[in-house]
Amino acid sequence: MCQPIKKYLTASLPNAHPLHTYGSVRKRVKCSFIYTYIHIGSESTIKIKMQFMLLFSRQGKLRLQKWYVPLSDKERKKISRDLVQTILARKPKMCSFLEWRDLKIVYKRYASLYFCCAVEDQDNELITLEIIHRYVELLDKYFGSVCELDIIFNFEKAYFILDEFLLGGEAQETSKKNVLKAIEQADLLQEEAEAPRSVLEEIGLT
Amino acid sequence: MALKIVKGSIDRMFDKNLQDLVRGIRNHKEDEAKYISTCIDEIKQELKQDNIAVKANAVCKLTYLQMLGYDVSWAAFNIVEVMSSSKFTYKRIGYLAASQCFHESTDVIMLTTNQIRKDLSSPNQYDTGVALTGLSCFVTPDLARDLANDIMTLMSHTKPYIRKKAVLIMYKVFLKYPESLRPAFPRLKEKLEDPDPGVQSAAVNVICELARRNPKNYLSLAPLFFKLMTSSTNNWVLIKIIKLFGALTPLEPRLGKKLIEPLTNLIHSTSAMSLLYECVNTVIAVLISLSSGMPNHSASIQVSLRSIQHYLGLLAMSKILKTHPKSVQSHKDLILQCLDDKDESIRLRALDLLYGMVSKKNLMEIVKKLMLHVDKAEGTTYRDELLTKIIDICSQSNYQYITNFEWYISILVELTRLEGTRHGHLIASQMLDVAIRVKAIRAFAVAQMATLLDNAHLLTGNTQRNGICEVLYAAAWICGEFSEHLEDPLSTLEAMLRPKVATLPGHIQAVYVQNAAKLFATVLRGQEGAPADRTVAQETSQLLIDRLPLFVQSANLEVQERASCILQLVKYIQKLQQKDVEVAEEVTALFAGELNPVAPKAQKKVPVPEGLDLDAWINEPPSESESEDEGRKPKGKAVFAKEESKHTKPRYTEVDEKELAKRREVRKAEQANNPFYIKASPSSQKVYQDGVGVEHIPVVQIDLSVPLKVPGMPMSDQYVKLEEERRQKDKADKKKKDKKKRREKGEKGRRRKGDSGPESEEDITPAHMVDITTEEMPENALPSDDDEKDPNDPHKALDIDLDKPLADSEKKLPVRTHRPDEVLRSPVDDGEGVEVVPELKKKSGKEKKDKKKDKDRKMCDIQGNLQDGSQVVVSVIFENKCDSFIKAMEFNVLDSLNSKLQRPEGAGPHDGLTVPFQLPPGISNEARFVFSVQSIVMPQKLKGTLTFIVKTDDSSTHEKLDFKLHFTCTSYLITTPCYSDAYAKLLESGDLKGSSLKLEGVSQPFHHLLARICFHHHFSVVERIGSCASMYSRSIQGHHVCLLVKTADQTVSIDAKCDEPGLLGNVLDEIKLTFSQC
Repeated sequence: MCQPIKKYLTASLPNAHPLHTYGSVRKRVKCSFIYTYIHIGSESTIKIKMQFMLLFSRQGKLRLQKWYVPLSDKERKKISRDLVQTILARKPKMCSFLEWRDLKIVYKRYASLYFCCAVEDQDNELITLEIIHRYVELLDKYFGSVCELDIIFNFEKAYFILDEFLLGGEAQETSKKNVLKAIEQADLLQEEAEAPRSVLEEIGLT
Repeated sequence: MALKIVKGSIDRMFDKNLQDLVRGIRNHKEDEAKYISTCIDEIKQELKQDNIAVKANAVCKLTYLQMLGYDVSWAAFNIVEVMSSSKFTYKRIGYLAASQCFHESTDVIMLTTNQIRKDLSSPNQYDTGVALTGLSCFVTPDLARDLANDIMTLMSHTKPYIRKKAVLIMYKVFLKYPESLRPAFPRLKEKLEDPDPGVQSAAVNVICELARRNPKNYLSLAPLFFKLMTSSTNNWVLIKIIKLFGALTPLEPRLGKKLIEPLTNLIHSTSAMSLLYECVNTVIAVLISLSSGMPNHSASIQVSLRSIQHYLGLLAMSKILKTHPKSVQSHKDLILQCLDDKDESIRLRALDLLYGMVSKKNLMEIVKKLMLHVDKAEGTTYRDELLTKIIDICSQSNYQYITNFEWYISILVELTRLEGTRHGHLIASQMLDVAIRVKAIRAFAVAQMATLLDNAHLLTGNTQRNGICEVLYAAAWICGEFSEHLEDPLSTLEAMLRPKVATLPGHIQAVYVQNAAKLFATVLRGQEGAPADRTVAQETSQLLIDRLPLFVQSANLEVQERASCILQLVKYIQKLQQKDVEVAEEVTALFAGELNPVAPKAQKKVPVPEGLDLDAWINEPPSESESEDEGRKPKGKAVFAKEESKHTKPRYTEVDEKELAKRREVRKAEQANNPFYIKASPSSQKVYQDGVGVEHIPVVQIDLSVPLKVPGMPMSDQYVKLEEERRQKDKADKKKKDKKKRREKGEKGRRRKGDSGPESEEDITPAHMVDITTEEMPENALPSDDDEKDPNDPHKALDIDLDKPLADSEKKLPVRTHRPDEVLRSPVDDGEGVEVVPELKKKSGKEKKDKKKDKDRKMCDIQGNLQDGSQVVVSVIFENKCDSFIKAMEFNVLDSLNSKLQRPEGAGPHDGLTVPFQLPPGISNEARFVFSVQSIVMPQKLKGTLTFIVKTDDSSTHEKLDFKLHFTCTSYLITTPCYSDAYAKLLESGDLKGSSLKLEGVSQPFHHLLARICFHHHFSVVERIGSCASMYSRSIQGHHVCLLVKTADQTVSIDAKCDEPGLLGNVLDEIKLTFSQC
C-alpha cells in the first residue's frame, strides 16, 4: 500500500508526454489490450462525456469517487460495487477497456490502486486512459511520489486536484503546470486562513 | 463572547480531524461499523456547535464516510452552512462535500442559489472556481435557469482560469436548461478564438459535444473547425475536432473529401495512439459517407489498423465491415485465429465480427469452427453466447446464407446436445421456423424430430433445470403437424406417450397431447388403406386410451383439458372401429388445412381498404342529450329521464363533419402525447396498391441432388462434404454448359472469362430456395422500420437552430425579478427593436442609424435605455457585414459637458471601451454602454469612433468607423399611464406652460395618428372623444408632458403643456419631424 505509484508510472510509461507514450511502448502494452464484452440490460442514464471516476484498492476499498452524473446514493453504491467486483476479477493481462451496461469502462492499475473511468460509447478509450495517466502524474507531482496512503489521508486534496483537472467530465486543463499552480495558490489561500488555528491545535495535540 | 471562542477552540483540540478518523477506521478493522457509528454520533455533536471550523471539520469527515458508503444525506443543511462560510478554507470543504453528496433530488439545493450566485461574483477567483466546480456536479434545471446569466457573464471574465471553467460548465447548463443555448452560443463561439489555449480547448470541447448530438445545427462551423484542425497542435483539441467531423461528414459529403487528406497526414505523422485511433475512426466514417469507396484510402486504413492495438483494431474492423466487407474479409483468418485465443473476451468480439463476415461460401466452414468451440468451451455463459451467435449467423437476413437446410437442421439438433444451455427456446423456435417456412425440408426435419422424440430421455436427463427440453416442444409439434412425412408414425406416437413425458413442463405436455391426436389420425389413415392391419389401428386406439388418463390427471389445466377431450374422442373412435366403420377420413378432417407462416409485423401492415373509415361511426352514437331521443326511446327506459327531460333544454346539436374532424384531431393529439398509447405506425396509411393475389406464394423447389435421408443422429459435418461435392458437380455442370456455349459461340470469337478464376458468390446455388418474405407479408405492405429517436435523450432538447439570428426577446436570458408588477410596458409597444428588460423600470428611447461607409461593414442600431434620472443605457448591435473576421473592437465617444460615457474606474476620460466580443463574418452581437446625462431638456448629438481589426486570411488591418449617437428629447420620455381625473388636476394646477403646434395635410386616420405619437414619442392616450384626444407622458426626471390633439380636415392641431418649456418645444419639434417624414 505504501508502494509509490511513481514506480509504475516510470516503469510502464517512460516518456514524459503521455500522448506520445503509447506510441513508444506499444509493443509491450499490446498484449494487455484485450476486449471483454459483458452484456447486462441497459440502463438509461444521462449521457455526458465522462460519467464517473472511481479509485479503489486491490482489496476493493473505494478510495475516491467522482460522479459527473447526478445519481442517487443507492444507484452509485450499486454501480461502484458491481464495477469493483468486475474489475478485480479480471486478470492482469487483460484489456484495460470493457463494455459495461451501455458504458465503456477504462481502467488502469497503478501499484495497489485501480483508476477506473466510465465513458460513453463513442468516446475515445485511449484519451481516457491518458486522462487517468495525467491525473496520476498530477497526484505524483503534488504529493511527491504519491502512494495509496497519501490519497487515503489527504483525500480532499486528491479531489481538489481532480476538480482542477476535470470539470463536469471534461478535461479542463491540459497543462500540468497550470493545474498545479492553481492548486498551490488555492492551498496558499487556505493556509493563510488557517495559520492562527493550526498554532492552537499544535499546542493541543503535542 | 471571548470565553465562548476560547471554549470552542479548546473543544476543537479534542475533536478528531480527518486524519484521526482515517487512522481510527484503519485501527478498528474488526468492528469498523461500530467505530464509525460512534464517529457519526460525535460528528452530529460537532455539527450542533456554532463554530464554523468545527462544522467544516465535521463535514470533511462526513465526506469521507460518504465515500465509504454511509448515508450522510441528513447533514445536507450543514453542508450548505459550510458552503456559505466566508473563508475559502471552509467554503472549499463545503463545496467538495456538496459535489459529492448532493444530487438532483436533494432539496436543500434550492437554498444554495443565492449563495452560489454570490460566490460566482466573488472577487477571489478561487471562490468562483470552487463554486463552478461544485455546480458542475449538482446543477439542477432550477439552478441552471437561475444561474445561466451569471455563468454567461463569467465566460468573458478577465481570468482565463474562470473563463475555461465557465465555458465547460455551460454544457451542463445547456443540458439542464436548453433555452440558454441560443443566447449563449455567440459568446461560446467567440471563445473558440480565445487567446488562452485552455479556454479555447474548453470551448472546442463544449461545441464538439453539442455538435455530436445534433450535428446538423453546427454545419456552419465546419470551416472554423477545419482551420483549427489544420492549425492546432494540441492533441486533446484535435481529437475532439476530429470526432466532431466524424459526426458532420454524414450530413455534408463534400466535407469528407476535404478531410481525407489532412486526416491521412495526421495518421502518418502522429505518434499519439489516441489521436491515430480517432483519425482512423473518422476516416471510416468519412468513407461510409462517400459511397464510392476509394481503394487507395482503404489501403491506408489497413496499414493503420494493423498498428492499432488488438481490441481497438477489432472494433474498428467491425465499423469498416458495414461498408467495406471485402477489406475485412481478407482478415478472416486472423479473426478465426482470435476464436482460438485464450482470452474469452476477445473471442466474443471476434464472434461479433464473424457475424458480418459470413457468406454463402464460408458459412459452413465458419459454423463448423464454431461448433468445435462449442464442444471445447468451458463455462456456460460463453457457450450460450456461442450458441446464440451460431443461430444468429445462420438465420441472419432470412437465412440468406444458408444453402442447405438439412445441414442447418442437423446443426440445430447437434446443439440440443449441449448441456445446461438456457437457449432451448431459441433452438426450438428456429426448428419451428425452418420447418414451417422451408417446405422442402419438412420430411427431413420430421425424421430428425422423430429421432429426437425417441431419444427424449437424453435431453431430459436432468430436467427442469435446463431449458433444452423446450426443443421437445418444437419436435412434438413438427412431428404432429407434418406427420404425413413420418416413416413410422406409430413408434413416434408411442414415444410421445411414454410416462416420462409427464415430468415435462405443462406447455410441452399440452403440445404432446394435441400432436399425439394428430399422429393418431395419420396412423389410422395409413392403416385403414390396408384392411389386414385393422387390428393395428385398434391397438393404437387402445394405446391412447391406456396412456391418456395420465395426462387427464395432470395439474396443468391446458394438458388436462386437451387430454380429456381427446380421450373421449378416441373412445368414441374405438367404438366405431369395433363396428368396422371407416373413421380415418373424419379423424383426419379434424386437423385438415395447412398452417401458413405469418410475419410478426404482418397484421400491422395490412392496409386499410379503400372506403373504410376507421374513425367513422358504425352506428350513430347515442345522442348526448336525452331530450332529443325521447321520442325514440323505449318507454321502459324512460323511467328516470321523464321528469328531468322537462327541465333540460334541447342542447343537442347535430355533430357535423367539421366538428367530428376537429374532435378527431384533438383525440389524435391526445394520443400522440399519451406515452401509453400505442401509436399507429405510419405504414398503416400506405398507398393502396392493387392486390397481388395469392398465387404468388412461392413453392419451394427441391434440389434432389442432396440425399434426403441420413440415418441416425445427423452429423452436420457430412453436409459440409456433401456440399463440397455438390458444388463440384455444379461447377462441372456449368463448365460443361460453358463449353457447349463456347463451342456454339466459338465462331464469334467470344470467350467467357471467369470459369478459370476463383469461384464467385453467385456460382453457388442454394440447395433449397427460400423465398419467404413475400409470402408472409400482406400484399402491398411496405417495409417500414421507423427508428425513432429516444424522446428521453436530454440532447434532443439541445437540437436548436443556432444560425437563426437571435430574436430580440432572446437576446437576454430571463432574469427573475422580485417585483414583476412594477414592470412597465407601453400599450403600443409592438416590440420593434425595443427591449423589454424586466429589471429596468424605465422605457427606452431609441433610434437607428445605418452607417454608410464605403465597405458597409457594420450597422449600429442604437437604442437607449433609460435607467435612473441621469443614466441612459445604449444598446448597440454590431453586425459584421463584410466577409472577414473582426476583432479587438474599441468603442469610444467624445464626451460633452452634458453627457458622458461611463468608463470603468481608473480609465481616463478619453479612453475607449473594449467591446467584449469578436465578430466572425455575418454575425451580429450586442453591447451595452451606459451614459450619464445631466440635462434632458435639449437633444444631444455625440460623436464617437469605433476602432477594430479586420482579419483576413493573410493579413489584418486596423480600421476606424465614425458614428454619431443622437439622443433625442423623446428618448427621455417614458410611457406612463395616467387617469383622466389625475390628468385634469394636473392641468388645473397651473404649473404647466403651454405651447401649440399645427400640422397641415395629414391624411391619416385619427387613430393611426395617435398610435404614431404613442409609439414614436412614448405617450399614452388618456381619453379620446371623437376627433379629440388627450395624451400624457413623463420624462425620466419627472417632467409632465400633456398633449391635446385635435384633427379636422387634414389639419392636426396639438396643444401641449409641460412644466419645462424647453423640453416641450423640442418634443413638439420632434413630433413635427415624425409627421413630415411620412
